[in-house]
Amino acid sequence: MLYDIFVDPFVQMAAQPDFLLQVLWEGFVAGILYALIALGFVLIFKASGVFNFAQGIMVVFAALTLVGLHEHGVPAYLALILAIAVMGLLAYTVERVVMRPLVNQPEIILLMATIGMTYFLVGFGEFVFGGEPKSMITEELGLPTGSTAFQIGERGLLILQHIDIAAAVIAIIMVAGLGIFFNKTRIGRALRAVADDHQAALSVGISLNQIWAIVWFAAGIVALATGIMWGARSDVSFALEIIAFKALPVLILGGFTSIPGAIVGGLVIGFGEKIGEIYWGPLVGGGIESWLAYIIALIFLLFRPQGMFGERIIERV
Amino acid sequence: MKTTLLATGLATAVIAGSFAVAPAQAEDSIYVPLFTYRTGPYAGSGIPIANGMEDYFAMLNERDGGIGGVKIDYDECETGYNTQKGVECYESVKAKNPVVITPYSTGITLQVIPKASVDRIPVLSMAYGLSAAAIGKTFPWIFNAPDTYWDGASAIIKDIARREGGLDGLKGKKIGYIFLDAGYGREPIPLLEDLAKKYGFEMTQYPVAGKEMQNQSSQWLNVRRDRPDYMIMWGWGAMNPTAVKEATKIRYSMDKFYGVWWSGGNDDAAAGGMAAKGFRTLNFNGVGKDYPVIQDIKKYVVDAGKSQVEPAKFADNLYNRGVYNAMLIAEGIRSAQEHSGKKVVTAEDVRNGLEVMNLDEKRIADMGMKDFMAPLKMSCEDHNGHGPLYIVEWDGKDWQKSGEWFEPMTDVVQPLLEAAADEYVKSNAPWPERDVPCAK
Amino acid sequence: MLYREAGQFKTTYEADQAIFPLRQDRIGIAVIAALAFVVVPLTATDFFLTSIMTPFLIFALAAIGLNVLTGYAGQLSLGTGAFMGVGAYSAYKLTSIFPDANIIVVLLASGFFSAAIGVAFGLPSLRIKGLYLAVTTLAAQFFLEWCFIRIPWLYNYNASGAIEISQREMAGIVVTGPAAAPLTQYFIVLCVTVGLTWFVSNLIRGRIGRQWMMIRDMDIAAELIGVRPLTAKLSAFAVSSYLCGVAGAMMVFFWLGAAEPSAFAISLSFQVLFMTILGGLGSLIGSYMGAAFIWILPVALRVVLPSLGFDVAAETVQHLTSMIVGALIIFFLITEPHGLARLWQLTKEKLKVWPFPYG
Repeated sequence: MLYDIFVDPFVQMAAQPDFLLQVLWEGFVAGILYALIALGFVLIFKASGVFNFAQGIMVVFAALTLVGLHEHGVPAYLALILAIAVMGLLAYTVERVVMRPLVNQPEIILLMATIGMTYFLVGFGEFVFGGEPKSMITEELGLPTGSTAFQIGERGLLILQHIDIAAAVIAIIMVAGLGIFFNKTRIGRALRAVADDHQAALSVGISLNQIWAIVWFAAGIVALATGIMWGARSDVSFALEIIAFKALPVLILGGFTSIPGAIVGGLVIGFGEKIGEIYWGPLVGGGIESWLAYIIALIFLLFRPQGMFGERIIERV
Repeated sequence: MKTTLLATGLATAVIAGSFAVAPAQAEDSIYVPLFTYRTGPYAGSGIPIANGMEDYFAMLNERDGGIGGVKIDYDECETGYNTQKGVECYESVKAKNPVVITPYSTGITLQVIPKASVDRIPVLSMAYGLSAAAIGKTFPWIFNAPDTYWDGASAIIKDIARREGGLDGLKGKKIGYIFLDAGYGREPIPLLEDLAKKYGFEMTQYPVAGKEMQNQSSQWLNVRRDRPDYMIMWGWGAMNPTAVKEATKIRYSMDKFYGVWWSGGNDDAAAGGMAAKGFRTLNFNGVGKDYPVIQDIKKYVVDAGKSQVEPAKFADNLYNRGVYNAMLIAEGIRSAQEHSGKKVVTAEDVRNGLEVMNLDEKRIADMGMKDFMAPLKMSCEDHNGHGPLYIVEWDGKDWQKSGEWFEPMTDVVQPLLEAAADEYVKSNAPWPERDVPCAK
Repeated sequence: MLYREAGQFKTTYEADQAIFPLRQDRIGIAVIAALAFVVVPLTATDFFLTSIMTPFLIFALAAIGLNVLTGYAGQLSLGTGAFMGVGAYSAYKLTSIFPDANIIVVLLASGFFSAAIGVAFGLPSLRIKGLYLAVTTLAAQFFLEWCFIRIPWLYNYNASGAIEISQREMAGIVVTGPAAAPLTQYFIVLCVTVGLTWFVSNLIRGRIGRQWMMIRDMDIAAELIGVRPLTAKLSAFAVSSYLCGVAGAMMVFFWLGAAEPSAFAISLSFQVLFMTILGGLGSLIGSYMGAAFIWILPVALRVVLPSLGFDVAAETVQHLTSMIVGALIIFFLITEPHGLARLWQLTKEKLKVWPFPYG
């Protein structure tokens, strides 16, 4: 038993190094995608303190809009632009209808409001686009679909999907872009000011409402990117919404307010989950992926309750 | 404050109003509720089936004026594949005297089985639900024609054996089994394990959790490591396209990848595109449009604009499966009319009708379903039929028939079914003895 | 006028500390009890009982359970569905091990199992707070869900992986299984729910309840004046999981009849969380209102929309229901974040002076 837990998995890793590499690559890709979803959460939480449960359905909704428009004959790139516009409209609506009236409410109320939004968007999305899964228009968007196999050693084989590489590249570009946006632009600085202190930001003349609309829009774009990537891996359907739960342990690990935290957390969860499932999963019959990430995060939290990069919580009476 | 009160009042009024409405019921029609799901994570598989069932009944009503001159009053109840709504649907249709219930979800079937036996309404769970329900002695009110999951698993093994040159060829082979980690996917495991022992092949399992349906890279990494000679899939909903895609990603040879009939949606295989060429599933309904019955549906329903189906998805595999399911219901009603001599039949008549139903070559030709289906006969003891199956293969664009109809290994399945029925009776004691006579 | 408390003098401490100190409240509760125990049984159809009243009461109990944890002790949990599942599976195991045991005893006992599991998963709450805690309760949700599938002993090695409730009798009356009358099941659920509500309402007014509320309002301050967070938080988890467990057991035994593990999925947790929050955090009557709102409104919409002459397809009704419920949730959160219970309280305030607003 002890051998199975502590020795055997490592023996397996050493025996098939090419397979280990493949596992690590899959973990990396999964981690990047988790990080992308987590990024959407972080953006909104940072600026408005809202824990946005609707991020998952936003991913589905964005991807469905893109594919749905294309099905109606809109060219792929125009559909992409229109989908971005729809996410902008959604951000504006959310800010006007949900966020503004709920300002200053406790966080649990804001959380509930986003779950209410989830219900609404599920119904609305199915009403408009129908419940059938749709194929992502990967090729039409100019994304690569092939794969490359590398020979490693005599029998070893490492298969890299081009779409996964594209996902990694896009994710890195997005993070870099957001980083520049936050640090170098006027709006970005205003955003950080809001994140630090709402009232101070208000008092120097920053419009909270505008900032909120912008972060929701940014989260919408992140959602669209996530939707394209996940959609290319499987299909665009409402089952994809559940994937968003995967971002939650990432968030705890990285801290709710840290963008680098979301990336590192995503990678830790991605690697940990794949390695755990492949090498330790068989001991208990497999399929442990659904909760392993949470347990990793939970154990981590016991030692650092504010997450890896989270701000230290100081409480006073 | 005022608006809130108003809204509360309105909501209360809506709630109060809803119970004042009594369902209207025509006297001279037969009520067939269809539990379907066009919403939720499994909608992708649910929608084509719902369309197929609706359109077949619509066609019967248009072309023949119903069955035996009596209109079919069919009506969907949206379950979303959710057991909470299943109870609600069952209770809401019960009051309208349904002649048969089609639950379309394993979970809802399990809920309905004991109730239907008490309320004396037959349940037709076509090739899903509880396999043991094939034993008519124990489950007089439940029918699961034309095959059980165990029939399906044995049929796949049989086809693999055929390709390996006989059952002895299975020795030393490795067969992988990837399944939805729920009752549905777990059910075939005992049979596969039995067969593995008997014929000396090794079985490896790859469970996919319901909420990880679209995230299967770990399972397929394991497949790549284990290198099974064949793969068998028990998937549903969004699990299927993802699995097909992942299989093409690890470059698994698709002609060695088998699915059960519920993995045979056109969208499922299309996700893999040309790369999925060779992927095969079991089937018990014809594919394509070249059958008189499908042409009639096109003529009377689709072209008349009375169908919800998108033109591109008309007569795809799951749609045709819906047609097959509706046909079973309709034939149950027709045989009930013949058996009882009444026009407007009751639930009890339909139970008898299903039990004596005999769809031979002649009847199949009359229905315009030649080559669409295999002959099927149920009996007092056998509520399943264990009908022949065949394999369809994905050619990159559509399903193509591959090989002839063949029988599942009924001899292996039957003892398991009986044992499972006994087990059900034991764990659900006191389970009522069969109190309805065999229909002759 | 209608709700005037003037003139009702309390002359003993007992009268002052009664659960319903006001005469109007006592009358109101008597009317509701009469409705629940007499009018509903006499007039209701089977559909009304099995699809509306029984699930409503079960959900009300689950919402009370979550309310103890979230509303009174301030610990946010998203694992309610799984805790209900623990109750259901342990009740199922208990009945199969002791087939002759009284079903009510089994129900009440099954809650202890889910209480134990709840305490185990409540341990992190000593270190983790707020939304972080909410996410960790998801660990309980997903891990337990996995156990329900992977430990075949829990469902007696059933080939379908489900628990099926067989027929059981109590004092010669069939109470579970298909042969049980909906009315019998309604009565049992009603009695258990009302009984446990009464128990909880006393618990909350007592020492433990006050500790919970102190922890909720400011845990450090509470600790400074001598409340032990360990006992306070864990007892909240225990009581909450107990109630959820009993609700879960009743859900399978008296309502669904059979359940797959997916019946206890995360969506159930959300359903109950909605009821708790819309009803009003920290209010027992609110839990009933929230359960009624979230459970009955969609059912009612499904019945009403088609009968109003909108000839819409079944799935469109489902889409509209989902949209309407979502929109109403947001609407209520905006207009009254403290829930339906707060609305009720405001109504009572108005009724005190109605119809003379300046009297």
